[in-house]
Amino acid sequence: MALLQISEPGQSTAPHQHRLAAGIDLGTTNSLVATVRSGIAETLPDNDGYHLLPSIVHYADEPLVGYAAQKLANSDPLNTIASVKRLMGRGLEDIKTTGTRLPYDFVESDGAMPMIKTAAGELSPPQISADILKSLKQRAEESLGGDLTGVVITVPAYFDDAQRQATKDAATLAGLKVLRLLNEPTAAAVAYGLDKSAEGIHAIYDLGGGTFDISILRLEKGVFEVMATAGDSALGGDDFDRLIAQWIMQQAGIADDAEHQHIRQLLEIARTAKETLSTEDSALLNIKFIGWQGELNQQQFKQLIDPLIQKTIMPCRRALRDAGLTIDDINDVVMVGGSTRMPRVREKVSEFFQCEPHIDIDPDKVVAIGAAIQADILAGNKPDDEMLLLDVTPLSLGIETMGGLVEKIIPRNTTIPVAKAQEFTTFKDGQIAMAVHVVQGERELVTDCRSLARFELRGIPAMVAGAARILVTYQVDADGLLSVSATEETTGIRSEITVKPSYGLEDQEIERMLKDSLEHAKDDVAARTLREQQVEADRVINALRAALKIDGQSLLKQEEFLTINTALNNLLKLKDGTDAHAIKHSIEKLDEVTTEFAAKRMDASISKAMKGHTVNEFMEN
Amino acid sequence: MSLSFNHFEVFQLAVSFEIDTKKLAESYRNLQRTIHPDKYANAPERERRLAMQKAAQINEAFQTLKNPLTRALYILQLQGINTNDEHHTMMDGEFLMMQMELREQLAEITQLEQLNEFLSRIEKYQHDLRNKLSQQFAEENWQQAHDSVRQFQFFNRLHEQALQLEEELI
Repeated sequence: MALLQISEPGQSTAPHQHRLAAGIDLGTTNSLVATVRSGIAETLPDNDGYHLLPSIVHYADEPLVGYAAQKLANSDPLNTIASVKRLMGRGLEDIKTTGTRLPYDFVESDGAMPMIKTAAGELSPPQISADILKSLKQRAEESLGGDLTGVVITVPAYFDDAQRQATKDAATLAGLKVLRLLNEPTAAAVAYGLDKSAEGIHAIYDLGGGTFDISILRLEKGVFEVMATAGDSALGGDDFDRLIAQWIMQQAGIADDAEHQHIRQLLEIARTAKETLSTEDSALLNIKFIGWQGELNQQQFKQLIDPLIQKTIMPCRRALRDAGLTIDDINDVVMVGGSTRMPRVREKVSEFFQCEPHIDIDPDKVVAIGAAIQADILAGNKPDDEMLLLDVTPLSLGIETMGGLVEKIIPRNTTIPVAKAQEFTTFKDGQIAMAVHVVQGERELVTDCRSLARFELRGIPAMVAGAARILVTYQVDADGLLSVSATEETTGIRSEITVKPSYGLEDQEIERMLKDSLEHAKDDVAARTLREQQVEADRVINALRAALKIDGQSLLKQEEFLTINTALNNLLKLKDGTDAHAIKHSIEKLDEVTTEFAAKRMDASISKAMKGHTVNEFMEN
Repeated sequence: MSLSFNHFEVFQLAVSFEIDTKKLAESYRNLQRTIHPDKYANAPERERRLAMQKAAQINEAFQTLKNPLTRALYILQLQGINTNDEHHTMMDGEFLMMQMELREQLAEITQLEQLNEFLSRIEKYQHDLRNKLSQQFAEENWQQAHDSVRQFQFFNRLHEQALQLEEELI
């Protein structure tokens, strides 16, 4: 038993402590934060009782977020940024070509990343998103009375690698630890799936402010398995507003190059009309700045929006096909996102799936609630929970080959995490380098896909064409983020990158922005780094102690135990000190000496899972 | 579970074309519940990476085995047969003729009813081929199984193309 007695005097072996965790729905139009308290997942209101936080930031001396910023949208449009989610992970070229007219002052820079000129300087989309996240973080921490240990942030299932990476960068800038990037439809399914009778196959139709997703999920024994997902990451309620605004401009004879301020007002009038038409037969339009009045009736409205709704039905069909299912296989349809409040949308979706869609949970809150449930589990507050979410890659990942063609390495709708390797060779005699161009998309030509990153494998020994063996490995983690490595197999020369999109933020840039913002907040960078390392040390220590208690005696030899114990004691000694660097080093050392133990524990639990399986079979037969 | 396990060993199954896919799915869920990186959200970096590698291996094994075509290809690879060899053209003349005819028929389809009739014919071929494969694997007749797999691949591609046409016709 000597092996188990490792706690310090006066310190019990970790009585279970509730860790503060939250789920964040970072939406195009509105954002929310939710948490699990006393077993119930709920969204958190601000001091005035509002749950929704408009995803709008106004920049002057201090960034203002939410309703306060919304009020300034008309008077100071260029410093009031809305719908920034549409810019996440996008290049300046994308924004121009998608035809989205955004009323901001973009900086014409040589960098591919769009930067917006504001009173607070030139800002990138992840920085603006970070300000929204900071506001939600503050709300959660004030409400829960402590620091958040981690968050789950939701993203549209159809977000590509660049958009996911941008979201994670925003979280880093806001000082949040991301436990998981979770797909919005999966989060919605979790919120609904608590009811155990919900086993079966579900379609989640998620039409938000700026994005559309359809996911087909199978729920069986606590495992949510995404079978297929499809969508359009640039289609949402905003597009309905824009269409109505364009119609008004036509009717009222307003020129296309109207002032930013007037376009803002038109969009606002369009949105109100859209909402009115959810319950009324017609909506009155009053354009004060040119003194024009008009009306939009149901029939005109339907004619305007039906093509947009139709654009959501095609992906539904494709997702079904990818899942190898027909409409008859779908048990029910869940509606998510504010835009599903439009009766016409519900009508068309119910027509396609031939069933009445579920709308019992507030479509604005359902995603945040699902994220909070997952955050609570990932933070370790429910160690016995059997829930597991298996997501898929929304788009195929490939590599450029000769002639500008794409060779797919990971096809769309592959369950993640996933790792796949493919062998390539040189095509010229004496070729000593190989360019790896990573792309994402379904098309055959590189020019029709999204370019994610380029890197070079150098130092290939000169051989005749076709003699070198270059193994390229793509790996996608549970957050849906890609890393790529290339190895020349005869020499073992290796090159590895975590894919940072061409128009993404470099790690150094994030660090610099983080420093800038901390200085701005008059926080002490050193104190903050130390605090982070101490939190990390506690996390590692608690996890290791729990592991040793369960498996230490059965899996470790005496000398292995002693090595681990020495490293553990070293960290215990250092962690309350002031040397952040030493703590970091000590954590790494402990990590190193426990790797073997961790692997053994994993194997033991796998054997147990397989044995459990055999017992079940025996009992079933 | 070692990273060098073959896909059948991951699920403690004997190498065989006929498998109980329901039990396979159940083992898969049990394994993922144990090893998925989400179960290691608070573990140190290195441990999380190991969990990710194993979860990826389990996913790969499951994806390969649950689909009859990829399962067949995998068994052939375990037998040392190079299924990527493009020079291997063992297709007999009769099958090549049929391939051409079916492609022509698909190209001429303009009505949804015609397409549905075509699809059910393809599905019948797929079904028969699957039974043939099962027998060839049971008899360890690898070369013939390889030929059947190639035919299977052709029908799958044709089926895919037909479904794409369906999208256009709707």
